Amino acid sequence: MESLKTTSLHELHLKLGAKMVPFAGYDMPVQYPAGVMKEHLHTRAKAGLFDVSHMGQVILHNPDAALQLESLVPVDVATLPEGRQRYGFFTNETGGILDDIMIANRGDHLFVVVNAGCKDADIAHMERNLKCKVETISNRSLLALQGPASEAVLSTIVPDVADMRFMDVRISPSKFGELWISRSGYTGEDGFEISVEDEQAVALAEALLAHEDVLPIGLGARDSLRLESGLCLYGNDIDETTSPLEAGLQWAIQKARRKDGARAGGFPGAEHILAQFDKGVKKQRIGLLPEGRAPMRAGTNLYAHENDETPIGQVTSGAFGPTVERPVSMGYVSAEHSDVDAIIFGDVRGKRLPARICAMPFTPLNFKR
Amino acid sequence: MKFTEEHEWLRVEGDLVVVGITAYAAEQLGDIVFVELPDADNDVSKGDDVVVIESVKVASDILAPLDGTIVEVNDKLGDDPALVNSDPLGDGWFFKMKLKDASEMDALMDETAYNAMIA
Repeated sequence: MESLKTTSLHELHLKLGAKMVPFAGYDMPVQYPAGVMKEHLHTRAKAGLFDVSHMGQVILHNPDAALQLESLVPVDVATLPEGRQRYGFFTNETGGILDDIMIANRGDHLFVVVNAGCKDADIAHMERNLKCKVETISNRSLLALQGPASEAVLSTIVPDVADMRFMDVRISPSKFGELWISRSGYTGEDGFEISVEDEQAVALAEALLAHEDVLPIGLGARDSLRLESGLCLYGNDIDETTSPLEAGLQWAIQKARRKDGARAGGFPGAEHILAQFDKGVKKQRIGLLPEGRAPMRAGTNLYAHENDETPIGQVTSGAFGPTVERPVSMGYVSAEHSDVDAIIFGDVRGKRLPARICAMPFTPLNFKR
Repeated sequence: MKFTEEHEWLRVEGDLVVVGITAYAAEQLGDIVFVELPDADNDVSKGDDVVVIESVKVASDILAPLDGTIVEVNDKLGDDPALVNSDPLGDGWFFKMKLKDASEMDALMDETAYNAMIA
C-alpha cells in the first residue's frame, strides 16, 4: 500500500490529540478529543479551525484564462469581478460532474481550489485542455476558519478582513507571510479560507487556536456541518453520473452560459445539461428528514411506499445532525417522487422507516452577504 | 464483572446478567446518537447481532455475548442514547439476559485480562 501523505499541520494534529484516518491519500484528523458532536456545535456557536491543506490549489496564468476555463466549466468566469470567487464544477461529455471547485479572480490570474481526491485528475484535465499555464501550488497549506466568531478572530491577525463579504478574495500581508484569504467555506457558517506558506502554517494555526473561541475541528464534524447545510460532498452526492441540474446546482450556471446567453454552452456535456433546463431531469437530489431517530446512511434504498419492491432512489449522505438534533440525509429519487413534504421510506436494516422530503439547508446558512 | 473481546461487559444480577459496552468502547465509538434494541423475550445465540448503535458517523453492531434469552431492554436509551457515553457501565446498559448455561461466564475475561487486552 502506498504510504499516506501528510500536511504541514500533521504534527500539530497529533499534539492536539487528534484521531487520524486516511482520507483521499492523506493522514487526516477525523476528530480531536472534544469529539464530533462538540466540534460541530462549537463551530456553529463560535469558531472552528480546519486543516484543508489536502485540497488542491492551482493558479491559471494567462490574459484569457477566464475564457479558457469556461471551456471546462458551465460557470460565468469571464465577468467574475476581480477580488471575487465563484463556486463551479468541471463537467464531462455526458453532463456529469468531474469535481466541484472554487474559482477566484485575482486580477492577472485565476486561483482555483479543487477537491483532494480529484486534484491530480483535475490538474491533468486543465493541463490537457487549457491553452494557459497551469501552476500547481505545492508550497502552501490551506486552513479554514469557520463560525460566527471567525471575523473577530482573524481580525487579530489581519485587521481589515471585516471589510470582506461572502465570496470576496484578497491577498494580505501578515506576520505569517502573505495570506491568500477568501470569505467562504463549506460549513454553512460565515468564515474564511486562508492559504499560507507551508513554513508559516503551524504558527498561523497555533495563533488562531490560541484564541479562546477557536477549537480544532476534524473531518467528522466537517462532514456533518456541510450535510446540515445541504452542501454536496463530491464522490457521495455528486459524481460523474449526476448532472448539475439533477443535483440542484443550476444556480451555479449563470445566465451567460445558458441557452441564449452571451456565451451559451461551450463546456463538456453542454447539450445534455442545457437541455435539462427545458426538459427537466429524471432524478433529483432531495433533502430527507427521517421521522424516527435512526440515521439513514449513504446507500440506504428509498421507496415511494412502505411495501414497494422497486426503490425510487438512494441516500447519498446521511448522519445525525447535531444542530438540528435529529438525523438528516440527502439523496436522489426519481423526479416524480421528489415533491417536498412527501413521505417516503428508507430501508434501514430490513425495516422500512418513514422520512419526509424537505427543502435544504436543514439549518439556516449564516453567510455575511 | 466479566468482559468479551467485543468490548462488552456482563454483570450478574440475581439469575440474570446485565450487558453493556465498556468505557473504552464507548470512547472509541464517539458520540452515540441512536441505539436500536432487540425485543424482549428473544432467544439469541452467541455472536448474533442484537443491538445497533450509531455514532454521528457510523453504525456498529453489538453481538450477543453468550447463548440465552433477552428478558429486558434499557428503554431509556431510546430517548437518551448519550447515556452509553456518559455512564457506559451503569445507566448505559443495553439489555438483561438469562443465560442458557451460566457457567459459560467463567470462560470470559476478568477486568485485569480485559485491561491488558486494550492496553
